[in-house]
Amino acid sequence: MENSGSETDIVAIIDPRHAAKQLIYERIFRAATLSAAILVLLILGGVAISLLRGAWPAVGRFGFSFVTREIWNPVTEEFGALAAIYGTVVTSAIAMLLAVPAGFGIALFLTELCPPLLKRPIGVAVELLAAVPSIIFGIWGLFVLAPVLQRHVQPWLIGHLGNIPLLGGLFKGPPFGIGVLTAGVVLAIMVLPFIAATMRDVFDTVPAMLKESGYGLGATTWEVMWNVVVPHSRVGMVGGIMLGLGRALGETMAVTFVIGNAHRISSSLLAPGTTISSAIANEFTEAVGDLYTSSLIALGLLLFLITFTVIAAAQAMLRRLERRGFAV
Amino acid sequence: MQIMNIPARLAVVAAAATLSFTAAAADISGAGATFPYPIYAKWADAYKKLTGVGLNYQSIGSGGGIKQIKAKTVTFGASDMPLKPDDLRASGLLQFPVIIGGVVPVVNVKGIQGGQLHLDGATVASIYLGDITQWNDPKIKGLNPKLTLPSTAIAPVYRSDGSGTNFLFSDYLSKASPKFLSSIGANASVQWPTGIGAKGNEGVANMTTQTDGAIGYVEYAFAKQNKMAYTLLTNKAGAAVAPSAESFQAAAANADWVHAEGYYLILTDQAGAKSWPITGASFILLYKQPADPAPVIEALKFFSWAYQDGASMAAELDYVPLPAALIAQVKKTWATEITSGGHPVWSGK
Repeated sequence: MENSGSETDIVAIIDPRHAAKQLIYERIFRAATLSAAILVLLILGGVAISLLRGAWPAVGRFGFSFVTREIWNPVTEEFGALAAIYGTVVTSAIAMLLAVPAGFGIALFLTELCPPLLKRPIGVAVELLAAVPSIIFGIWGLFVLAPVLQRHVQPWLIGHLGNIPLLGGLFKGPPFGIGVLTAGVVLAIMVLPFIAATMRDVFDTVPAMLKESGYGLGATTWEVMWNVVVPHSRVGMVGGIMLGLGRALGETMAVTFVIGNAHRISSSLLAPGTTISSAIANEFTEAVGDLYTSSLIALGLLLFLITFTVIAAAQAMLRRLERRGFAV
Repeated sequence: MQIMNIPARLAVVAAAATLSFTAAAADISGAGATFPYPIYAKWADAYKKLTGVGLNYQSIGSGGGIKQIKAKTVTFGASDMPLKPDDLRASGLLQFPVIIGGVVPVVNVKGIQGGQLHLDGATVASIYLGDITQWNDPKIKGLNPKLTLPSTAIAPVYRSDGSGTNFLFSDYLSKASPKFLSSIGANASVQWPTGIGAKGNEGVANMTTQTDGAIGYVEYAFAKQNKMAYTLLTNKAGAAVAPSAESFQAAAANADWVHAEGYYLILTDQAGAKSWPITGASFILLYKQPADPAPVIEALKFFSWAYQDGASMAAELDYVPLPAALIAQVKKTWATEITSGGHPVWSGK
C-alpha cells in the first residue's frame, strides 16, 4: 500500500493511454475494497442498534437488575440474566481449560516432533474436526458422551472429589450425564481444532534458523520449544485462543443439547445450567409478549457485549505484548 | 493470521444453509406452531397433488406465528395456545381449532412397563415441584397398591424449548395443583424449580430412557412410536385413563365449544369418564376482514378439505381429527364471521 503511485508513474512514462486506464482501474479497485470494509462496519453498527432497540423494553423495565438477578419466569414476566451469564462464562472457561493445553500440545507435536508420515493425516483430521457442524456435536454429546459421563466419569468425580472441602462443591449432586461440565467438554472438543490449527500455523512461521541455532547451542527439544518457538509466536497464540474463546461463548446448538437448560446457578458443575445463546435458541420461537421477546433480545445484547469485551481485552493484551517486544 | 479462512469458510456454508426460498405466488402462506407441522405438511402434499395449490408453511413456533399474522406477512398463523377473546377482538382475528393431540407422561422405573404406573395431576405436580422425590413415596404407592416401587430418586425431565407441549403440561398441572399454579403457572416456557431440561420431544425421550428413575412428558405420537413406558392418569371424572386417540377425542367432544368465545378453550382436564386430561388442540388464526379475500378463501378451502378428507392421514401420524359436531360449528363460524366489503367470503361449500 505504501507507494502505490510509483508503479503507475513508471507505466505513464511508457504509455500515457495505458496509464490512464490503469488509474481508473486502480480507483475502482480502491473504492470496491473500501466499500467492502465500510459494509462490515455498517452491519456491525446495524446489529448493535437493532439489538439495543429490541432490548429497550426489557432494559427500561428491569434496568441494571437484569444482569444481577437469577430469576427467569416467563409466566410472571420476571427476567434476569445472571444464570445465563454464569453458564456462558463457566462453560467457556471449562472449554478453554481443556482445549488450550491440548491444542498447544497438538500444535507443538505437529510442527516439531511429528514424523513426516503422520503430519498430513493428523493436520487434516484437526481441520476436519473444525468442519463438523455444531448440531452433530450436540447430538453426539447427548447420545454418546452424556451416557459415558453419567455412568463412568461423574460417579467417580462425585465419589473421589465430592468430599474435598471447597473443590468438592463443584462435584455434588446426582450424575445426570448432562449439565455444565458436559457442555464445557463438548465445547472444548469444538474449539480445539481452531486453537490447534492456529497455533500450528504460527509455530510454522518461526524461522528454522532460530530453532537450529537453539539446537546448535545444545538445547533440548523442550528448551527450543519453550524458549524459542513460544516467545516468537505469542501474539499468534493469543489470537488462536481468542478465536476459540469467541466460538465457545457464542456456541448455541451443541450446548443446548447437553447443558440441561435450567435457569439456575448451582455450585456443582454436574448440575444443569443454561447459557445466553442456548436460552435464546430454546425460547425465542415460542416467546409471546413484548417483554419476554425483549428480554431474550437483551440476552443477545449481553452476549454481544461480552464477546466485544473479550476481543477488546485480547487486542489490549496483544498491544502490550508487542510493546514488550514479543511480537512476530 | 492465515487460519482465519476456516471460520470464514464455515460462515459461508452456514449462511448458504440458512437461506430460505419464497414459494410461488399462488401458494397459501402460513406460519406458526411446530406441533402440527408434520400433519400440515402431509396434507399440503396431498392437496397439491389434488388441486395444484401448494401450502408454504413455516413451522417457526406459535409465538412466531402470532407475530407473523399480526404483521400480515402470512395468510394464516398457527398456534398451540389459543389467543384470548380480548386479543382476538383487538386484532380483528378469527381463531379455530384444526387438529388434536395429547401429551403423555413417560417414566423409566425398573420393572415398570408401559401402562402399569398410575398417577394423578396432583402427584405429577408434586414431582415437578420437587416435593415428591422417590418412587416409593406413599402418594405414588397409594395410587399403585399392586406395584412394587423402588426407592430410586425421581429425576424429572422437562422440555427446555418453548412449546405447546410445555403449555399443555404446565396448564394441566396448574389445574391439578394450587401450589403449581401459584408458584409456576402455565406457559410455553416456565421456570421449573427442579429437574433437567432437554430439547424437543426427542431430547426428553432420550433423557428419560437414559436416566434411571426419570419421568418426562412427550407428544403422544412420540411415546407411541418409541414404545415408551407411558403412565395412566386420573381424569376429572376420577377414572384412570390410558392415552389413545379415543381418549383425546373424548376430551375434545366433552368440551363446551359452543359457549367458548373465539374457540378459546384449553382441552386439559376436561369432563367425561374417557377423557385424557392432557389433551390440546392446535389453532389457526385468520383475519376476519381481510384486505384481499382471495388467499383467505384458498386457505379456507384447504382446511375444509383437510377436515373432510384428512382424517385418515392424521390418524397415520397419530394426530386426532376434530369431532364432527365441532367441524360443523367451525364451518358455520367461517360463513358468518369472515367478510369482505360486508359480504361473507365463505360460501359454506
